[in-house]
Amino acid sequence: MTVPLALLGLLEREPSHGYDLKRDYDTFFGRGRPLPFGQVYATLGRLARDGKVIAETEPGAGPERKRYVITEEGVSDVETWLAEPVQPEPHLQTVLFVKVVLALMSGRSAEGYLDAQRAAHLDRMRELTGIKRTGTIADALLADHALFHVEADLRWIDLTTARLSALAEEVGA
Amino acid sequence: MTPATALEAVEAPSPAAYVLEACDVSLSFGPTPALRGASVSVAPGEILAVMGPSGSGKSTLLHCLAGILVPDSGEVVFDGRRVDTLAEPERSALRRDRFGFVFQFGQLVPELTAEENVALPLLLGGARREAALREAREWFTRLDLEGLERRRSGELSGGQAQRVALARGLVARPDVVFADEPTGSLDSLAGEHVMELLTNSARDEGTTVVLVTHDARVAAYTDREIVVRDGRVTTAPGRAS
Repeated sequence: MTVPLALLGLLEREPSHGYDLKRDYDTFFGRGRPLPFGQVYATLGRLARDGKVIAETEPGAGPERKRYVITEEGVSDVETWLAEPVQPEPHLQTVLFVKVVLALMSGRSAEGYLDAQRAAHLDRMRELTGIKRTGTIADALLADHALFHVEADLRWIDLTTARLSALAEEVGA
Repeated sequence: MTPATALEAVEAPSPAAYVLEACDVSLSFGPTPALRGASVSVAPGEILAVMGPSGSGKSTLLHCLAGILVPDSGEVVFDGRRVDTLAEPERSALRRDRFGFVFQFGQLVPELTAEENVALPLLLGGARREAALREAREWFTRLDLEGLERRRSGELSGGQAQRVALARGLVARPDVVFADEPTGSLDSLAGEHVMELLTNSARDEGTTVVLVTHDARVAAYTDREIVVRDGRVTTAPGRAS
């Protein structure tokens, strides 16, 4: 789960209110999927319970007006998390692969399925390229990240298309 | 204008629907078939990617569309006119006057300066030298090449040389630009720069582009893709060929 650690990372800059944290999270990481307020306050509540942040109630303000300050333990969590490489996921059982094998086994057109998938992947790459061309550098870098992943799938689709007859033999189709 | 072709008789597209079409085109090199009944239709102003594995026939299809190669059978129609039945001098004039070309390795003339390379299509078309060079220089601004006008190809980076080749392909304001792996020799960033400039310029000018590429990131700059496999055009369900 990256939301708690992302919020901790944002808090490391300076103590903040829940509203400001949500706004910054949405700006930098939301990309069209804003964090619900409920989730922000629930997460901050858990972080406070676990000793990662301290919730300071501001004098004169209502009880819900809290300012969150990261603790040393919270800083240590962020540091450990940042230093840890993200697990490369091998995706050895992709939905794409299952569909191809089942199409072959049932005598359906696996090539037609792969062609349709390829077209859908290229459409997505066009959308991402459009974001790159019109967005900020941050938008472009995120779009590039997505583009490389979609492209990897697409290369697998091309390779699988070229090897369909061999695969058909192996799965007994 | 030539009389109505068999293609028009069968499919009866509206005159402006397609600027360029190949219908059931086959071509063999000796005993080896390169194209086996390939068909494609390109709309005016469309930017089309021709994709496919190595040796699938995608470059051969591009060369047939551009009137460089003549198919053994089938028809190629540009602007309502059969291309495959034209004699070589007429096809050569068509390529010079209506088409632009960009290849993988720029293929600039090393003895000429960058601006002379860009002016080449205009000079071959009969323009006066000064007017051709003046027009060529305008493209140096458009394609981020200012200051490189007098350089020779050996003094340009790969990306710069390819942008000069792009300017040369666009300078005569062709109806169709044919590009064969135009970013194939460039790294990702330089390739993206070339694609950005190619597609922006083509859209500004209303130029149709037929672009051969094996690179999906390049194809993602285009409006539509077709895939050539074993000499035939395959299209995804629901896609036009």
